[in-house]
Amino acid sequence: MPTKSYVQTNINGESVEFLAEPRQSLLEVLRDTLQLTGAKEGCNDGNCGACTVKMDGRIVCSCLVFGVEAEGADIETIEGMASPEGLHPLQTAFLENAALQCGICTPGFLMASKALLDHNPNPTEGQIRWWLANNLCRCTGYDKIVRAVMDAAQKMQA
Amino acid sequence: MKWIDYARPQTVAEAVQLLTERGDGARAMAGGTDLIVQLRVGRRQPDHVVDVKHIPDLNEVNTSGGGVTLGAAVPCHIIYNNDAIKDAFPALVDSASIIGGTQIQGRASIGGNLCNAAPSADAIPTLIALGATANVSGSTGERSVAIEDFCTGPGQNVLGADELLTSISIPAQGANSGARYQRFIPRNEMDIAVVGVGASVTLNNGSFESVRVSLASVAPTPLFVTEINDELAGKDVTDENIAKAGEIAKDAAKPISDMRGTADYRRHLCDVMTRRVLSDAITRARGGNVDAH
Amino acid sequence: MTTTREPNKVLSQIEYDVIGTRPIRPDGADKVTGRAKYSADFTISGAIYGKLVRSPHAHARIISIDTSKAEAHPSVKAVVTGEDLPKTVIGADGDRPKTSGEIAADLKYLRHQIMATEKVVFGNQPVAAVAAATAHDAEEAAKLVEVKYEILPSVTEVRAAMEDDAPVLHDDIEMTEFGEKTGRKGNIADHFQNKIGDPQKGFEQADVIVEREFNTATVHQGYIEPHSCTVHWRDDDRIFIWNSCQGPFNIRDATAEVLGVPLTNVKLTPQEIGGGFGGKFEPYGEPVLALLSKKAGAPVKMWMTRTEDLEATGPSPGSYVRVKMGATKDGKIVAGEAELAFEAGAYPGSVVEAGGECVFAPYDIPNAVVDGYDVVVNKSKMAAYRAPGATNAEFASETVVDELAQKLDIDPIEFRLMNAAKEGTRKVDGTSFPRIGLVEVLEALKDHDHWKSPIEGDNVARGFACAYWMNAGLQSAVNLAVNSDGRVSLTEGSPDIGGSRASISMQAAEILGIPSEDILPSVVDTDSIGFTFGTGGSRTTFATGYAAIEAAKDVKQQMIERAALIWGVAPESVQMDKGNIHAGNGAELKMTFKELAAEMNDTGGAITGRGSVNPSGVGAAFAGLIVDIHADPETGKVQILRATIAQDAGKAIHPSYVEGQLQGGTAQGIGWGLNEEYFMSDEGRMANSSFLDYRMPTALDLPMIDTVIVEVANPGHPFGVRGVGEVNIAPPPAAIANALSRSLGVRMERLPMNPNTVMETMWANNGSSNGS
Repeated sequence: MPTKSYVQTNINGESVEFLAEPRQSLLEVLRDTLQLTGAKEGCNDGNCGACTVKMDGRIVCSCLVFGVEAEGADIETIEGMASPEGLHPLQTAFLENAALQCGICTPGFLMASKALLDHNPNPTEGQIRWWLANNLCRCTGYDKIVRAVMDAAQKMQA
Repeated sequence: MKWIDYARPQTVAEAVQLLTERGDGARAMAGGTDLIVQLRVGRRQPDHVVDVKHIPDLNEVNTSGGGVTLGAAVPCHIIYNNDAIKDAFPALVDSASIIGGTQIQGRASIGGNLCNAAPSADAIPTLIALGATANVSGSTGERSVAIEDFCTGPGQNVLGADELLTSISIPAQGANSGARYQRFIPRNEMDIAVVGVGASVTLNNGSFESVRVSLASVAPTPLFVTEINDELAGKDVTDENIAKAGEIAKDAAKPISDMRGTADYRRHLCDVMTRRVLSDAITRARGGNVDAH
Repeated sequence: MTTTREPNKVLSQIEYDVIGTRPIRPDGADKVTGRAKYSADFTISGAIYGKLVRSPHAHARIISIDTSKAEAHPSVKAVVTGEDLPKTVIGADGDRPKTSGEIAADLKYLRHQIMATEKVVFGNQPVAAVAAATAHDAEEAAKLVEVKYEILPSVTEVRAAMEDDAPVLHDDIEMTEFGEKTGRKGNIADHFQNKIGDPQKGFEQADVIVEREFNTATVHQGYIEPHSCTVHWRDDDRIFIWNSCQGPFNIRDATAEVLGVPLTNVKLTPQEIGGGFGGKFEPYGEPVLALLSKKAGAPVKMWMTRTEDLEATGPSPGSYVRVKMGATKDGKIVAGEAELAFEAGAYPGSVVEAGGECVFAPYDIPNAVVDGYDVVVNKSKMAAYRAPGATNAEFASETVVDELAQKLDIDPIEFRLMNAAKEGTRKVDGTSFPRIGLVEVLEALKDHDHWKSPIEGDNVARGFACAYWMNAGLQSAVNLAVNSDGRVSLTEGSPDIGGSRASISMQAAEILGIPSEDILPSVVDTDSIGFTFGTGGSRTTFATGYAAIEAAKDVKQQMIERAALIWGVAPESVQMDKGNIHAGNGAELKMTFKELAAEMNDTGGAITGRGSVNPSGVGAAFAGLIVDIHADPETGKVQILRATIAQDAGKAIHPSYVEGQLQGGTAQGIGWGLNEEYFMSDEGRMANSSFLDYRMPTALDLPMIDTVIVEVANPGHPFGVRGVGEVNIAPPPAAIANALSRSLGVRMERLPMNPNTVMETMWANNGSSNGS
């Protein structure tokens, strides 16, 4: 008979255990099993980026990862972005630049933008647009998102 | 999604054994960016997913000797961040940097793109143009298959149920060689090729020594248009000859009309894109720089 | 010429203390940390999972439904079919009131759409549903429901559906013409006509006449959050719904009507909403989950896949629009004639009337006639989408206006200014405009450095278009409660899709003279606030803001009375401004808002204010867009290089979120213009029902979108607010088409103007079929 698998992983710096059916995506596990609902399901086929999390140093669409693949991995989610000291500069920049309207895509954009700035602290507008092309936003037309990322980059370098 | 079993073998032998035991009910997975979607919509229905990306051999990138051997599970981002590959095989970077977006490229592999065998695959025309071969392990041993012989139909390939793609070997490209892949899409990213063209050229002073052109999205499998080499080999590098290649590509294409484009439009794009891609390949062959995107 | 590019301009006429500033939105921190709870994030103990069984056919008779195998699945808790929906409905004929710009649905059709009986009329239409212990089990069990169909021929295109020999969707649709039943059976549900002056005579006066026929594809709102909900039919017969929607009361009422229960048996608690754009006004899964919940005795949760959402919720209609316009050689438009046929989807009630109102509205045209047809086709019932109907209609008319200007050799903005509607201009429906800001919008763009900048490069060109949308008013309610520390709790019924908690709080704060941060807004459930029409129709900042103003005035009056009581003076002698309360000439009697708030306990208890409005002074919206494009003559692909949009906001309460509306609407309009479409298979199914192939713009497809906020106060609102949410979507397709005519010399008559279509148009113009 089908049985669930035991998985030990690390999420936002904490060791986490869970049971998952192999067919369950990492996104389902995060949301339904672990109640980490910051990652969103927008398309479930890797085209909208709303479910973006960082896994072993790379951002991925968590809808295209099986939960069982998290075994031994290091995962970062939006829930781990702010610290007890306060919001991450990107989070603050998104608020100050009104870079969100409905907010459903925002966790994915923030995760992707943070990975961008980790990799390239001073990106051009073109580099930001290229990097964020896997994240769809339907509200903003991207203008204020791109400006928020540039604003955060500038403030983080200062 | 229907129930699946999942295994994570650590060696090629272990993976081949799992595939052999499960037969057609098993499917190997590397990045999973195609397979997981196909499982979800029921387009492929294996009972068993064999996750091969933790096999060390499948993650190796070997650039010694001028060629490159890419482990079958090496994800796109490793390829376009590898200086040796960027230097020697910029066409591979062209392909690796447009398969999905940033998130997809963190997982998707060239090997997976090949095994998925989509007519629109962005890596396959490049591999064909570069004269690459697929290295396969099975229950009865190993074999190599030329990339142009690998795909047998939309989503279908030559692999037996017991076989695993382990790596792709791309030979050293001679001096005065250059290659390029470009696809035409309505958006600027996150799209499926309406037409894709991979080309490599080797020049001899002002003339073509050899030309390899392969087309995506215009036939049930990626098309290797050998007639272009027949026409251009030994001829001068001129706009007229490049235009001839475009015409040949257009005639060779056997596209269908679907939601991504009409057959007429695709034939037309074969001409346009073949000319553009050949020009870029020539620029690279002459030592010039052409940005991947 | 060097000009400093100023990306966002606000042309303010009146300055306020709070209004016009840019505070952080109250719900911001939750939305950047992942804490905000959207519909699919809602959890309740004991929940099971629902899945709809959907038709693989666009048009088919249901022969039988066998649920026995699904019921036998060990994890399944309940199975329902359309037969489980009650036959009787509240209201004699089931008609629901029609509201401006949004789509009305006849109840019998709404019920059929939610879960079909007898026949299915669109692809992926629900016919049954299951609930099981897990979502995967529900999906498996749904596949076990065996439905036998007799496939019928389908029709998915509006002109084809109007043909005499077209497959007929419903045998009870009888065409209404000019308000009268005609007895004509078929797919045309309604034909209306509006007329002003004498169009025939008008065309006789014209020196130049342009006439073109346009076809536009069906498109989707494309919100990133698919429809989802959790429903619990409780032991006390109350039905609790948690979902994300634009109209909690709209969906409460519709769900109750479909289920045949009293309205207030249903309580809807709106969760955060991940975009709507008009597509989240109607129930889809809610009544079905209610039935499943009742049968299973447990709350049922369901979320749609993107494919279900694209094919089987409410898209925006494909259309046919013919426009003919005539002008004199000195540039005066003298006649217009338009015919619009809009897809209603599978049930009557398209937005063609709104399209008919918009088509000539930006211009003062003395002689015009507009005919509109509401046509059913085998697609999901159309819903509202951001200025619904305007984009289809004004793509056509703004293209024709542009061509007239070209033929007359008049600057496109100048030509529009010469004919612009203004206060007193009569529209084709006979009504006339109050104070509107079209002229100011056009002048702002004519003076903009974008319009003055040179156009450089091969196949680079500039296009312009403007647009009108009527906006909506309708009911809203707001309650305020003053806390003893001087901060004020605000409860409202308008889901916050794009910063409306901020824009509503700011209006209350302005009246009370306190910082907007001192207003604490909550969007509450339908038991906890008066009827509030949904967030749509550009109405929320206008109407719910208006209710907040009324509630704040109520609080203010009570504060004055309390101060008068404390001071022992007449209330008439007490003043309150900028948060300070004072009386008399001297300065001795004064208190701050906070000081007075602390005295409430001893002066009669908490102060609460109420505002309830149904405002009639709706302010019409106008926008204009300048767009620079590059078009590739070999592939037909269009790249947007620069875009500047100006819109009359009346008064921008929070300019950042107004800019966001202008930019977002422009982006959606660009997507509609260039690549978005329902690609229908020969079998009548949507072939491209994923975000891979339903191609919405990515960050890489758009430039920065510059904005100009024009402020021509709406006399119908205390601060002059006009809604800003919608009209901005309408100009882009025409502006791009107008640019294309200057870049590649092709006049596009089809949306989307994707590369394939542009090339085909070029080939047709050159007289070759495939460019060879």
